[in-house]
Amino acid sequence: MGKIFTKPEALSDNHTHYCPGCTHGVIHRLVAEAIDELGIKGRTVGIAPVGCAVLAYNYFTFDFQEAAHGRAPAMATGIKRVRPDLIVFTYQGDGDLASIGMGEIIHAANRGEKFTTIFVNNAVYGMTGGQMAPTTMPNQRTTTSPLGRNVEDTGMPIKMAELLSALQTPGYITRQTVIKPKYIVKAKKAIKQAFTYQVERRCFSLVEVVSTCPTNWGMTPLDAIDWAENTLLPYYPLGEYKTPE
Amino acid sequence: MAKVLMKGNEAIGEAAIRAGCLNYFAYPITPQSEVAEYLSKRMPEAGGVFLQGESEVAVGYMIFGAAGAGARVFTTSSSPGVSLMSEAISYIAGAQCPAVFVNIIRGGPGLGGILPSQADYFQATKGGGHGDYRLLVMAPASVQEAVEMVMKAFPLAEKYRNPVMILGDGLIGQMMEPVEFPDGLRSEPTNKDDWATNGMDSRNSDKQNLVKSLFLDPKALNDNNLALKAKYDRMKIEEVRYEPYNLDSPYQALIVSYGTMSRVCRTVIDNLKSEGIEVAMIRPQTLFPFPEKAIHDAADVDGCKIVFSIEMSMGQMVEDVERCIKGKRPVEWYGKCGGDVPTPEEIMEIIKERL
Repeated sequence: MGKIFTKPEALSDNHTHYCPGCTHGVIHRLVAEAIDELGIKGRTVGIAPVGCAVLAYNYFTFDFQEAAHGRAPAMATGIKRVRPDLIVFTYQGDGDLASIGMGEIIHAANRGEKFTTIFVNNAVYGMTGGQMAPTTMPNQRTTTSPLGRNVEDTGMPIKMAELLSALQTPGYITRQTVIKPKYIVKAKKAIKQAFTYQVERRCFSLVEVVSTCPTNWGMTPLDAIDWAENTLLPYYPLGEYKTPE
Repeated sequence: MAKVLMKGNEAIGEAAIRAGCLNYFAYPITPQSEVAEYLSKRMPEAGGVFLQGESEVAVGYMIFGAAGAGARVFTTSSSPGVSLMSEAISYIAGAQCPAVFVNIIRGGPGLGGILPSQADYFQATKGGGHGDYRLLVMAPASVQEAVEMVMKAFPLAEKYRNPVMILGDGLIGQMMEPVEFPDGLRSEPTNKDDWATNGMDSRNSDKQNLVKSLFLDPKALNDNNLALKAKYDRMKIEEVRYEPYNLDSPYQALIVSYGTMSRVCRTVIDNLKSEGIEVAMIRPQTLFPFPEKAIHDAADVDGCKIVFSIEMSMGQMVEDVERCIKGKRPVEWYGKCGGDVPTPEEIMEIIKERL
């Protein structure tokens, strides 16, 4: 009988440190599957962010650099400019990419840097302990918005896929989620597509992945999935925002 | 090679190419923007990479990424820009990557001014960014020396896997002098397969390389800091450079001065000599490692009554000079930090007054 399920070669045997119900593990796996299927592990360099995925390099089996908070797109630019043959991706959360790293992602995208960004949006700062993020929903309680996010004071959550799509240069911008199997299949396809565009040296590519954080949302994993589907997805619509011509 | 007349900033850009560095990322800032202007044309001609980043913050990390991937890379900036790059410099030092930074200092703090200054001495030699790290800091006193220091900086950065800083001032960047680019200072980048994220296929390996500065385990972090300290201690033994001036005379006073300021001090020493007053100088060419023993020994000779630290800052290097002399001689500071370079006349007056 043939083998029908196996661990991607691009994933290591280490157990992750992620909380129960967190979707980082699923997203890591999809990235690893795409890298295996494209046969690019030996020329891939990942950039780990500051945030829950800071130790991502422990879970993959290829080269990694570790960025400062928000600066991964600048590092990816540096690598890709001096080694265009390498496949480079940044893996960033919402505090990292949409707050402190807003400048770096906009300019890297606008220059059309030919790397890939996996943007994990769970509407909260994870590793620092559940503080408000630029993508935190109105009235969502966090450790720095204990009464719920007051949008009168803090503005409305930033929709990064839409914002980046307003730029002319970036080639591939999509928003996906991994909270249910039907979504995971589509997210996998999008992630593989993003890497494929890079392999073809075509364009900047970004996959926003709406994710869960049961620990910092104060929910069970199942409630977190329901909340993501009923609260996040209506505000952060899934789909392809930009595709290369 | 024949000498050519070049502006300091352009010569610095050309020197990097001649040294074998073909990757440059930068952000414009006065008084060093000519480096980027020059290399925006010259790098593509040489088959290299030129990119104007969106900020000095981003440029610092472009340097980090490129250096981490094993490329020879450098940037140039001026004081406020170097403050912004200092975050990345700390990460680069922590992750032990080689890279070259040129700071053509302007006046500070804050926006300060655009004229020459040496007020970034502390920033360059004592940290700048967070954490326990040091840069190997070289201070040129002429355009020719800037060229040679830039060319030597790349192999030194690779030898120590540590950032090297060339600390010039606005005059070094802006003035034109005849220069030549010594062929002998061209060097090949070292093999970085042991640590760089250059892609496993590139090095025929199935072992992952990591470029990182996070060590959550206290022992691992302490070990990393000990490894860094060992490198800095080795620099103190192997990389100290300085130039003595009039040290074989029966001098009554010793000047310690570097960069543009030291050129004025040479004139001071020559003028005083003609008046029958002997003064000597130690000119540090490396600010870290600092020529501690040379300064101590020069101050300690019989007849030397006083030591002057003359610098275009409000008294920064003077703290290191005092440290070297260990209280054996009085140490005085003299300097200006608004953009005017102190004149020979005013320095001569100060020295005569004290002797």
